[in-house]
Amino acid sequence: MPGQRGKSSPGATAGRSRRVGGSGAPMLAAEAMAEKQREISVSEFFAKNRHLLGFDNPRKALLTTVKEAVDNALDACEEAGILPDLLVEIVEVSPPPSASKSGRYRVTVRDNGPGIVRRQVENIFGKLLYGSKFHRLKMSRGQQGIGISAAGMYGLMTTGKPMVILTRPNPKKPAHHIELAMDTTKNRPEVTVDRETEEFYASSTGTGTSVTVEMEARYARGRASVEEYLEQTAIANPHASITFVPPGRNAEDAEDADGEQGVLGVGRSDDSADSAAGTVSSAFDRTTELGDRVVYPRTVDALPPEPKEIRPHPYGVELGTFLTMLKNAKATQLGGFLKEEFSRVTPAVVGEVCAKASVNGAKLSEHTWLKSIDTETAERLYTALQGARLRPPPTDCLAPIGVRQLLAGMLKGVRAEFYAASTREPAVYRGNPFQIEAAVAFGGDLPAEETARVIRFANRVPLLYQQSACCAFKSVLETSWKNYGLGQPRGSLPVGPLVVMIHMASVWVPFTSESKEAIADYDEIRKEMRLALQECGRKLGTYVRKRQQMRRESERRGVFERYVGEVAKACHAITGTDADRLYAALLEQARKRTAVADAVLDEDGRVVRSRPEPGDGDDGVIIVERDGGPGGGGAPALPEGGEARASGGGKRRAREKETRAATRESGGARSGPKPARRAKPRMRLVGGKLAPVEEGPGLF
Amino acid sequence: MAKKTTAGTKASARSGGVPLHDGRGSSGGRGSGRSGGGTLEKIGALAGEVARAAHAGEAPAIEVPTRAKSNTTWDCKSGILRMGDATQTRELFNLNQAKGFMQTVLHAAGIKELLEADKTLSLRAMFYKGLHTIPGTKEKTFADQDESDAVLEDLEVTLGSLREELHVFAKKAGTMVGNITIVDSGDEIDCRRMGSGGYAIPSIVEPDVIQFKKCDAKFVLHVEKNTVWSRFNEDKFWQEHNCILTEGGGQPPRGVRRLLRRLNEELGLPVYCLLDCDPWGHYIYSVIKQGSISLAFESERLAIPEAKFLGLRAIDYQRCGLSDDVQIALNEKDVARAKQIAAYPWFKDKPAWRREIDQLLRNGFKMEVESLITKDISYVTETYVPERLKAKDWLD
Repeated sequence: MPGQRGKSSPGATAGRSRRVGGSGAPMLAAEAMAEKQREISVSEFFAKNRHLLGFDNPRKALLTTVKEAVDNALDACEEAGILPDLLVEIVEVSPPPSASKSGRYRVTVRDNGPGIVRRQVENIFGKLLYGSKFHRLKMSRGQQGIGISAAGMYGLMTTGKPMVILTRPNPKKPAHHIELAMDTTKNRPEVTVDRETEEFYASSTGTGTSVTVEMEARYARGRASVEEYLEQTAIANPHASITFVPPGRNAEDAEDADGEQGVLGVGRSDDSADSAAGTVSSAFDRTTELGDRVVYPRTVDALPPEPKEIRPHPYGVELGTFLTMLKNAKATQLGGFLKEEFSRVTPAVVGEVCAKASVNGAKLSEHTWLKSIDTETAERLYTALQGARLRPPPTDCLAPIGVRQLLAGMLKGVRAEFYAASTREPAVYRGNPFQIEAAVAFGGDLPAEETARVIRFANRVPLLYQQSACCAFKSVLETSWKNYGLGQPRGSLPVGPLVVMIHMASVWVPFTSESKEAIADYDEIRKEMRLALQECGRKLGTYVRKRQQMRRESERRGVFERYVGEVAKACHAITGTDADRLYAALLEQARKRTAVADAVLDEDGRVVRSRPEPGDGDDGVIIVERDGGPGGGGAPALPEGGEARASGGGKRRAREKETRAATRESGGARSGPKPARRAKPRMRLVGGKLAPVEEGPGLF
Repeated sequence: MAKKTTAGTKASARSGGVPLHDGRGSSGGRGSGRSGGGTLEKIGALAGEVARAAHAGEAPAIEVPTRAKSNTTWDCKSGILRMGDATQTRELFNLNQAKGFMQTVLHAAGIKELLEADKTLSLRAMFYKGLHTIPGTKEKTFADQDESDAVLEDLEVTLGSLREELHVFAKKAGTMVGNITIVDSGDEIDCRRMGSGGYAIPSIVEPDVIQFKKCDAKFVLHVEKNTVWSRFNEDKFWQEHNCILTEGGGQPPRGVRRLLRRLNEELGLPVYCLLDCDPWGHYIYSVIKQGSISLAFESERLAIPEAKFLGLRAIDYQRCGLSDDVQIALNEKDVARAKQIAAYPWFKDKPAWRREIDQLLRNGFKMEVESLITKDISYVTETYVPERLKAKDWLD
């Protein structure tokens, strides 16, 4: 991950603030107090306040470690233009003595990213607040650069074991094996082992980084677990392939079962602890459990577009920041400063701002020397800048997941029958561009009697905690789902077989805390989220209503089909007319008149018209069953005696099973944007071209 | 069973259905006996139309004349109820009518078989004839006999044929005794010598089955139930008063009504009814006199506009000095029914009847004919009826 963390920024944090103070106190007391006053290292501060970073309890610590490492790995791969192949392995070193106590676990996250150059390893993994992401306005998963090093620190504190890093930035050169401890008092890494090694796992790129942290932790499944995190990560990152080896499974067995052609395949056999190589089988495009491991396959073969870095927009800059920027500016004159440091500041704006900020005796212009600007003038400049009419910030810095990819992700992890997604146009809060995406999955295997599930993402990272504090959650609450055919108790989530997904992409996601668990509640953000949900909701509503209609029609058809045979036989008895022909004609009419029951719905819940039917209804929404329907080749036989005639619904179900079975057999060959499997996408949302859902372990 | 009525205009605007019935127009030819010839053709046309519509992609439909009050008109001049022109379209591809449609066609096929074999079946037997489980389901073609009976009545009106023309009959539910000799299917029957059981009136009493040979009786006394009839028969009321004594087991079936009508029409015998003093008794009288709503199409050959209501009267409680014990309190249903009957046009314009029903409601109780037994075992035969007849004290 070279270049991932470029610039150090000690200071300007809570740790420093205690150094000042006591200036107005009597001399002696002040002297006495000065004895005790000393610098608090950032690391020390966080060691004492680890809950701020998501290490409040052993269970969460495990999740946070995995999360930080995975986020870094994905960021690094994407930045280097590599389709990420990740392996996450948790090994139980010693089991918890009792269920309520924590055990010792070794967490390894391995990627096929670009690797990290030797000289940066200590900085990246050993220092808090060291990174490339804090200072720039660019959409990325990590922001502050405290994550992975905090995980290492937590491991060191709870087990005394250093973090182990294996990285190979150059496929032709040996890899670096580095073990890293951390001096918490000095915010300085300590390298305990540093050797070059030829032993490196097989990576599709030849490069990559593997991080191993041993820590006190608790492994549990269920809500807010590592598994849930990875599942949701897979949903938001359909371009990533993730293999997860949970604890308690024999890594060596896994290897035997897998063969060796994996993308992150087995390149060596001596390092048994690390040898559970992730094999991503291309035969699965749904989350699959393979005995010892869970594979979250890649379902989209294209990297998301590289988000661009942008300069801050004046509206999003606070006075303090403005002053700092003024002080540190490279430009020497005011005009240059404004135009270079901010986005959307044009020469005209500079003129306007200078005129407004000018007072008698202190005229400002674009040529004013920065050195000559005092704090008061700067404040006036700042106010003028806030009042200026500026274009909203550029939005090409955002890389939304995209409707198609969202659907692919949802399809992978959620077994429903209807999926809809929408991506809003970019919007701005406090000068920061952001973009909201939402998706819903409905029906299928989702529990019908429970409240809906909300899954939240910020820059493709799942948010698992503090749901009710999150803006995304609130926006789901305030959306009126009753309009879309779902029940919703007052002030509560909708009830029904529903999963709601919300993603916020932004150069700076406003989290409510450092542990990045909930999105802060800005009106602009909430509004966009609501609108995105409403877009999905409308599609869902159409579908739900259509589905009800289909169900009714299907019942109607059942009634008609029941009696048609009797009528044909009776007419035959009376006039001697051909009973089979009459039966076929009547059955055809019955199907035509209830054709809505067969409709295939598109992503807007509209009926897809697969082929025109002569004599369609006025609204032209007819699709007829292929087996036995009109044009189905030959008239169906008149049922005799005890022969069972399935009702319409039963028939469809039966056929769907066949389709599922068939798809399973064929292995469902994976390809990026999925091919249109028109085989039988009955009652299935097909987001443009997405295929029906097959059997397989579902997320929910 | 779809019994919903649709407006006649709507029905006639529909395509596909053939108005197989010819309404009241056919009644002139009715009673002509068990011909069945025309009926067969009509059944064939009905089935043919279903097949034609099916192959033409049209919705198969049958026009069924509406048998409901909305389609019943009171012909004040002739004093009978008549069926109007409204029909309802029974469609196969209508959720509410699909089963009724299937049942109609099914029974049509069954009747065709009966006609061809020249055999007759009872309503009950027809129910069994049409009854089977629909292949591939657990559903039976008919849930109960009531469904089957209603479909057969629909078929009668749809085909414009009488039930006997469909070779279907009802179970016997009526008794006759009196100074008359008849011929039933060639057997001469002297109704003076019927013992205590009496002559069971068959379902089909058309002239080709029953002929009147010798009648001395001067009038007909029709009583509601068998129990009362037995009292009269045992007391040889008909001998003493030279009459014919009939009963119809409550609401008289068509056979009884038809026979009464023939006695009235062909032999000129007045018909007097002795019924309970309650809304149901009143309605039985109404059916005998004007015809019923559901069989309004048959009124012309069943109704006896001259029939008189002899009793029991609401005032009889006081007039005959009956004890409190005979009172049966009117329930809500009775009250509603009484008011409904009072509002029928054929009751509304008769002040005597309005007073009678008012009195019933004021009394707040109903009485059965048997309540007269409390006076004396033979009070009804020896005192009550002779007094009424002598005084010509009846309601018309």
